[in-house]
Amino acid sequence: MTFQPLPMVTDDNAPFWEGGEVGELRINRCRECRTWFHPPAPVCPECLSMNVGPEVASGRAKVAAYTINVQAWSPELEAPYVLAYVELDDQPDVRLTTRLIDCAPADVRVGMPVEVTFQAAEDIWLPLFRPVKGY
Amino acid sequence: MSIPARTPVLGERNAVISGIGQSAVGRKLGRTGISLTVEAALAAIADAGLTRDDIDGVASYPGAMDSSPGMAPTGVPELKDALRLKVNWFSGGGEVPAQLGAVFNAVAAVSCGLANHVLVFRTVNESTAQTAGRRASVVGSGGSRIGGAMQYLVPFHAVSAANWVGMYAQRYMHQYGLQREHLGQIALNARRHAALNPRAIFRDPLTMDDYMNARMVSWPLGLYDCDIPCDGSVALIVSRADAAPDLKQVVRIESIGSALHGRDSWDQREDLTTMASHDAAKMMWSRTDLKPTDVDSAHLYDGFSYLCMQWLEALGFFPKGEAAGFLEGGESRIGLGGELPLNTNGGQLSAGRLHGYGYLHEACVQLRGEGGDRQVQGAEVSVVGAGGGPLGGCILLTKDR
Ligand SMILES: [Zn+2]
Repeated sequence: MTFQPLPMVTDDNAPFWEGGEVGELRINRCRECRTWFHPPAPVCPECLSMNVGPEVASGRAKVAAYTINVQAWSPELEAPYVLAYVELDDQPDVRLTTRLIDCAPADVRVGMPVEVTFQAAEDIWLPLFRPVKGY
Repeated sequence: MSIPARTPVLGERNAVISGIGQSAVGRKLGRTGISLTVEAALAAIADAGLTRDDIDGVASYPGAMDSSPGMAPTGVPELKDALRLKVNWFSGGGEVPAQLGAVFNAVAAVSCGLANHVLVFRTVNESTAQTAGRRASVVGSGGSRIGGAMQYLVPFHAVSAANWVGMYAQRYMHQYGLQREHLGQIALNARRHAALNPRAIFRDPLTMDDYMNARMVSWPLGLYDCDIPCDGSVALIVSRADAAPDLKQVVRIESIGSALHGRDSWDQREDLTTMASHDAAKMMWSRTDLKPTDVDSAHLYDGFSYLCMQWLEALGFFPKGEAAGFLEGGESRIGLGGELPLNTNGGQLSAGRLHGYGYLHEACVQLRGEGGDRQVQGAEVSVVGAGGGPLGGCILLTKDR
């Protein structure tokens, strides 16, 4: 068992937590009005259609806000590390909380383009993000 | 979504706060939750001039739970049974508009006649409960798999509210030019007031240098932006205004703000420079003819300094985005003799994390004129706001006239 709790996988959230196995960021989307939404739910928040399901998002996003965590909370991860709310390029009002890797704390900026990369943890894959190369 | 239309008689005007009580408050008191709770409850019942047999309702937040050590050691059933209360109504739980949700429930219950005198309490013993490997206020430190909204934060090592709030604070600083020194004014103000409160925990002077040089927790939040876990309990009696004509002193409830119109989520809220506090405050002001300029003292959640600033903004004490200009006024703005005396007991930053209920207790103290060295002269209107992120609720209180 890891110190850091992992998500309890359910039918609703499995596509999100397991998509990383094949490199896919799976986000729920309405098949009628094409709205993306997160976290997963059985109904579209825009048109209330229940014809919804996971689709593969681009994996591109931009940093909406960040924090540099300095305090060591867990023996598993050395501080400092960068946490961020990122907004998906597919639809910016869909955000994920994530950790940025390959990014020095001093380099992170609001609006910075980032892309998904997955880290396996037991039976799930965490969608982490890293700066887009060349930015 | 619109806020509800005003009914001819607002239900909250049918309820009063008839008594208040507080247990010992401190670090590592070595006391159980129920021991602290009973101490506060008996004090509140006596303060109201009531007896145990008059209490016919109980409410608490967030119900007993074990996910974060000492955060919620005592629930409604345990207190009801300890005091053998015979109740007509009771409610305990966390799916409410933040900490004050239990008070709103009690107000609703007495207003519609389900109970006459509701004992409301909030108890913590985080300081005593902290042991190796089980840190207070770190979500999931119990070790098992997690569900709900927390599953989208915690596995990324965004484990502390300092992380979630830190991101909001960073975004506001980026967008509106807020600096750490401005948030420091909230911490310094709390410490100045704590020096005047014998029951506060940290009472030594705090300077801006101390604040700026303290260790960082989660940028931009440093050590003195974070409140302190403590042990303690606060209880109050919410009574039907007409239920006991001989109540010796009451605090009136002018209006309540319980709205949440944004996403019920830390990371999905549409505007990251606002919080649930903005929704709640809008509703509260819609239910009164009083205005922000009528407020004599403000008691606003400072679990993190940034949350307190968000409450000040949400309640309209300065226009959106203008926190820096307001806070750089320091003591002349938010000190005891300033325009808007803020957190006169030292807040949670210096008086301890009583999780919303320390503010409520202090607002009643001020309106009853019992503040001693820290009394705001002529205090007649006080506002209390609690919560952060998707959690927020506020209440406007007035002196009995
Ligand atoms: Zn739709």
